[in-house]
Amino acid sequence: MGSSANKPELIVNGKRLDGRAFGELRPLKIVAGGLKNAAGSAYLEWGNNKVIAGVYGPKEALPKHTQDPEKAVVKCKYSMAPFSSLEEHNRSGPNRRAIEISKVTREVFEKVILLEDFPGSEIDIYIEVLQSDGGTRAAGITCAAVALAMSGIPMTDLPYATSVGKVGDHMILDLNKIEDNYSDADMPVAIGPRNGEILLLQMDGTLTKQDIKEGMDLIRKAGETISRLQREALRAPYERISNKYKN
Amino acid sequence: MHPLRQVKGEYVKGMLAKGIREEGRGIFNYRPIKITHSLLPNAEGSAQVEIGNTKVLVGIKLDVATPMPDKPDEGNLMSMAELLPLASPEYESGPPSPDSIELARVVDRGIRAAGVIDLKSLFIEEGKVWSLFIDIYVLNYDGNLFDACTLAAMAALSNTRMPGYEDGKVVREGNLAKLKVNNVVTSCTFAKVGDKMVLDPNGGEEAIMDGRLTIANDENVIRAMQKGLPGSFTEKELEHLIDMSFEKSKELRDIIVNSKSD
Repeated sequence: MGSSANKPELIVNGKRLDGRAFGELRPLKIVAGGLKNAAGSAYLEWGNNKVIAGVYGPKEALPKHTQDPEKAVVKCKYSMAPFSSLEEHNRSGPNRRAIEISKVTREVFEKVILLEDFPGSEIDIYIEVLQSDGGTRAAGITCAAVALAMSGIPMTDLPYATSVGKVGDHMILDLNKIEDNYSDADMPVAIGPRNGEILLLQMDGTLTKQDIKEGMDLIRKAGETISRLQREALRAPYERISNKYKN
Repeated sequence: MHPLRQVKGEYVKGMLAKGIREEGRGIFNYRPIKITHSLLPNAEGSAQVEIGNTKVLVGIKLDVATPMPDKPDEGNLMSMAELLPLASPEYESGPPSPDSIELARVVDRGIRAAGVIDLKSLFIEEGKVWSLFIDIYVLNYDGNLFDACTLAAMAALSNTRMPGYEDGKVVREGNLAKLKVNNVVTSCTFAKVGDKMVLDPNGGEEAIMDGRLTIANDENVIRAMQKGLPGSFTEKELEHLIDMSFEKSKELRDIIVNSKSD
């Protein structure tokens, strides 16, 4: 949060530092598939974020004590590559932040996967952040949703995620790293678009109830774009095949 | 799940569906809350909080450390939570679980975002700052650790004595000034069971809850939120719970302010 003395101006002439409007997403590109060994995978570029997600399973849950006789268990690992940030080399392996993000990400997918279809098994979701520029947990969830859909694991919904924050009097959408570091608040949210339910909600900083309402509106509006790109990504591999056999 | 717990869970769920809770508690009421200040004189600050049968202890220590390279004029604030095996048959020894990490990080975020401690006031001299450790010990688990731990951390900070630093030595005894506490933050945790929502879930309610939402605020604004578990919330529910959190946090703030031992 913006406590540091050398806080940069995040809004200049009504625009954000990267030229975006307050409610504007960074360029988002999603590619479904890519990892042959995984049951499903996806790659995503969101601004300067580059994230890859792979899904394995359903398979027998091991070690055995992790099994649930009534449903599948989801195991999720979000991790940032040691070379992923512009700053110094990160230590590899999960830190406390990554463990928390893995947990809240897992909970998103536990809600939408039909776990009861696979008692005793586990579904592994791996999210690797190759390059980071703010909003990586949202990018990871958006990417993993596509990977899960590619794997054919039945889901009730295709979640997406993004974040909002506050700079001065303005709510802004899809914070990049510098905005994340110096904004007055940061609120990542994941939504199930089918009925609009909130699947992930975190926040820290300073917000009023009205700010949160405005932020949710920004997120839902952007969600239409994110959801469309997710579905297009899922359709693309099959369109490639059908185009091949056209005429 | 243990069959007995399953039976109890179904019973609790059935009662909640009718809006009835154990001991006739209202759905947006806290259990009795008790705060004990400064029970560990060796620590710079300490407090124990009980909410019903949930009992947590927070100890505050301050050590001299080097500042973070990107914040040379600020002290460090570190929060850790231990879900001690003596607190519940479900807890085991070992490295910190995701639950304990989440707990500590949510408490930390509320305190940090509300500016409870001015980290610049922890600056000593070039290259030397105070590291403030908030160590949370869960002694007995019966639900709602988030609110209990935030209360305990706030209470402990409010009775913390700043050690001195003289000739390269830390002075922890004698007539010490109090740590300056700039704001009071509290959190309200709600459990969602089916489509019912309750404040301050106890252990039995947490065992069957679908979703959990913690909202930390001070008098005026929201400072941190964390949704937990797979269960989802609608936006309407979120807005309702935000209103409730502002209303109930008044009680918590009063309890903290009135509990001050000195």
